[in-house]
Amino acid sequence: MSIGAVLGQSASPLSPTSIFAPASTPAQTIFDLSMMVIALVVAIFVIVGGLIAYSVVKFRKRRNDDGREPAQVYGSQQVELAWTIIPVITVLVLFLATARAVLAVQGASKPKDAVEVTVVGHQFWWEYQYPGKKVVTANELHVPVGEKTFLKLLSADTDHSFWVPRLGGKTDLVPNHPNQMWIEPRETGLFLGQCAQYCGTQHGMMLLRIYVDSRTDFDRWLKEQATLARADDAFAEGRKIFEQTACINCHAVAGTAANGRFGPDLTHLMSRETLGAGVVRNTPENLRRWIRRPDDFKPGSLMPPMGLTEQQLDAVTTYLASLR
Amino acid sequence: MLSLITAESAIFVIFVVAYLFYVGKSPSGPTPAVLHTPIFLSVCLLSSSWTIHRAVAALRRGEIASFAGWWLATFALGAVFLAGTGLEWRHLIVDEGLTIRTNLFGTTYYSLVGLHAFHLTAGLLALGTVLLFALFGKVKQQHAAHADVLSLYWHFVDVVWVAVFLVVYVIGR
Amino acid sequence: MSTADTLAWPGTRTTSRPLVDKLQEWVTTVDHKRLGILYIAYALFFLVVAGIEATVMRIQLIRPHNAFVSPQNFNRLFTMHGTTMIFFVAMPLVFGFANYLVPLMIGARDMAFPRLNAFSFWLTAFGGLILHYSLVGGYGLYGAGTVPDVGWWAYAPLTAKTFSPGHSSDYWTLSLLVSGFGSILTAVNLIATTISMRCRGMTLGKMPLLAWLSLVMAGLVILAVGPLTAAQIMLLIDRYLGGHFFDTQAGGSAVLWMHFFWIFGHPEVYVLILPAFAFVSEIVPVFSRKAMFGYPIMVAATIAIGFISCSVWAHHMFSVGMSVGGHLFFTVTTMAIAVPTGIKIFNWLATMWGGKIYFKAPMLFCVAFLFQFLIAGLTGVMLASSAFTWQTAGSYFVVAHFHYVIIGGILFAAFGAFYYWYPKMTGRMYSETLAKWHFWLFLIGFHVTFDTMHIPGLLGMPRRIYTYEPGRGWDTLNLIVTIGVVFQAAGVLTFVFNLVRSYLRGRPAGSDPWDAWTLEWSTTSPPPEYNFATIPTVKSRRPLWDLKHPEDPDWKYE
Repeated sequence: MSIGAVLGQSASPLSPTSIFAPASTPAQTIFDLSMMVIALVVAIFVIVGGLIAYSVVKFRKRRNDDGREPAQVYGSQQVELAWTIIPVITVLVLFLATARAVLAVQGASKPKDAVEVTVVGHQFWWEYQYPGKKVVTANELHVPVGEKTFLKLLSADTDHSFWVPRLGGKTDLVPNHPNQMWIEPRETGLFLGQCAQYCGTQHGMMLLRIYVDSRTDFDRWLKEQATLARADDAFAEGRKIFEQTACINCHAVAGTAANGRFGPDLTHLMSRETLGAGVVRNTPENLRRWIRRPDDFKPGSLMPPMGLTEQQLDAVTTYLASLR
Repeated sequence: MLSLITAESAIFVIFVVAYLFYVGKSPSGPTPAVLHTPIFLSVCLLSSSWTIHRAVAALRRGEIASFAGWWLATFALGAVFLAGTGLEWRHLIVDEGLTIRTNLFGTTYYSLVGLHAFHLTAGLLALGTVLLFALFGKVKQQHAAHADVLSLYWHFVDVVWVAVFLVVYVIGR
Repeated sequence: MSTADTLAWPGTRTTSRPLVDKLQEWVTTVDHKRLGILYIAYALFFLVVAGIEATVMRIQLIRPHNAFVSPQNFNRLFTMHGTTMIFFVAMPLVFGFANYLVPLMIGARDMAFPRLNAFSFWLTAFGGLILHYSLVGGYGLYGAGTVPDVGWWAYAPLTAKTFSPGHSSDYWTLSLLVSGFGSILTAVNLIATTISMRCRGMTLGKMPLLAWLSLVMAGLVILAVGPLTAAQIMLLIDRYLGGHFFDTQAGGSAVLWMHFFWIFGHPEVYVLILPAFAFVSEIVPVFSRKAMFGYPIMVAATIAIGFISCSVWAHHMFSVGMSVGGHLFFTVTTMAIAVPTGIKIFNWLATMWGGKIYFKAPMLFCVAFLFQFLIAGLTGVMLASSAFTWQTAGSYFVVAHFHYVIIGGILFAAFGAFYYWYPKMTGRMYSETLAKWHFWLFLIGFHVTFDTMHIPGLLGMPRRIYTYEPGRGWDTLNLIVTIGVVFQAAGVLTFVFNLVRSYLRGRPAGSDPWDAWTLEWSTTSPPPEYNFATIPTVKSRRPLWDLKHPEDPDWKYE
């Protein structure tokens, strides 16, 4: 338990991504299993390691050695039987504990009103769709506390993996191989993670941010995300540049002509705290810099520099900054 | 040679697994229904196992001429098989529009049958070399063990064909 | 004796021959001993190369958001590091030792097919050259760099033409295809040699354990390399002939590649560890002055490990989304393989028990092996639990585990083997002082780095990331991990220095400096080209023990 306590410290974790600070049912199941596994493994190490250390000290050649060879022992059936049976039993116990955890997580029932999210992995960002709610967003996932959320995992290009240690084990997003996982967070807050299957240049900065909200907050967020983009003439110039440059090839803004799906949906861009899948804080300065040259923040991301003039950049940034 | 055959079999097993995995999964394009079952060619190839067995037996007895005759028969039967495969492929490509890139069936079919044909060709090259040596009178009775090892490879090629035949023309349809 | 003669055969002239002559001899040799040394030297060279790649990576990771190398180059580095270490360091190392030792230990004059042996070596060597040519080859299409950057497992569809334009992935594929054939042919040679060329009296049950372990290893190579070859051919068909094996846009399966790769990949690591077991099984008895405890079980355990290792592969795929049945099956098999492996540790322990342990360099490394392999095996048992691995897969916990096995296990055992057989191969004794410096420096460095490395994994740090966020509790840990590299590098440099210096100035070793018991110690150091003046006849597993203890020979008890 102590390792878990040291590394976990649920109240204020030493690490916000520790597997020993479970904040969700599947993570807890795995935590309980891991405590047992670690205890068993430590016990084996102490015993066997202790024996090795003992033998190395006790049976070392002494200075006053007489040079004779020690008694040659070729084997012993009883001893060998004993040390075969004990490992077999140990392995059996470990297996049964694992089986229980596997069934608990993979065999979990899905309540009829469970929240469902479709996660689509892209190089190098996360797309989130709430089917039936007409919500498409990116990079920051919101789920309600105390309920099961089922994630359907798809990929638009190569393999990715959804890993938020405090909420659950990871499951990969494999193209042409839909997967499913679930979480059931028991406290509100922001939970961090990142892609855990090498997917290309910016695999290292494909970060995950999961916001666990109260039910009311979640419902409100969902409703806001379902609204169309604000149409405000004050930002018409920026919007025009956005729609007439290549931006709309990749990006979508609901309620406008922009309908590209290659890059993140920008309808409610300013409702997100970060840009570029968690790479920088979402401020107007960072936003402007990102549009100017994404490689400044995330070299190798698939967004090219748009070659806009300084005025165009100002206008587009102002427009995008209005998309709350 | 047996170790080598085991290693090569491992390669074939993987291609067979891929073939079976993708059976029926092509989203579009020609299906195995377009294949003609190669009964005649298979008989040729399997007979060549018998002829090479006769050849090696003859060599063991020191009957060089008999050996050369049976060996030539083996080579000819193998060559017929290869030619027949080539004709079948031509038909599939030109008439049915099935190439390696058409769909999953095309990819797995040409790869598996092609891998076998490649091994067959390598076998023919080896057999042909020995045939040349025999024609120049260089093959003697003491080479029977060597010929036997080569015949092991040839039997392997035949056994692989049995497996490929079953997978592609029986199970896969 | 002048230094030029140390590797010369008795009876040749003692004046120096031109360098060109000597080089030509080495390049055209078919002698298993020389080929063994070529393999080992090749492996050592690439150990340093891949070690430098690792050092650069560790410098990049020393603190968050470091900019020592670009993300593109980091990804190339870990791809090259992994690929080089597995295929051009570890494989040549184990093949080299097997090549050198197996014929000597079974009382044969050479391998069954000496020319095939040479061909296999040059195939392997050429494969390594292909891979490293990617560093200097011209840029491919779209400015894509040529060094492969898809990771050493090259998962689909990252390797498809769409996601890896240019030729970088092809360098990976082709180099391994070529060296794969080399591996298979070496394995064929080993099997043929072991089955048909044992000296009189040496039944399979009387072979040294090294010969047994090499035989099972060769069997695994035969079964395992084929799948990789097949998968790579399929990949080439996808990339160049428009095939769809792994083309997910056309209904192909990325998971199929994973299965094929790991069907190769898991037995592959057993190919690497079995020779490490072999070294330990030869060294521990000699330095404990006792016969191996439980030889028959050691053989049975080895064969069991060989078989079971072919059934565990999908434990590398626990996060891919398999069924409950899949998870449970691979958990069972992976845990099952821990049993014969653990038994081996107990047998080595029992061999030392009641013995008289000499702590020369070979034994130091083997004792460290025992502790470290125990730990590595235990983290392996943890990872065998599929549910636990849902958290740890793809994290630094896994990286720590397998480096613990490969470095803490295989490399330590290999260092032991280097020191143990160095006198036999060169005719000179190495410097025990330098060896002890090597041991302690490397031990400290290894533990500082790899003990620590488990923790970031448990705190959520995935692998293959070129940088990381601060505030996740990983910063100091990564710093410590990098610091350990300094000691390891110092250890390896000491080692290389020792090898070279002792070759030039070490005292002559004699044929049997360790008072050991297997046949290689009955001939001169280094052995003549023909190995033995007369092929020996043996009656027990320790022929030299019988000779040295005629009053109490082994064959009375076996």
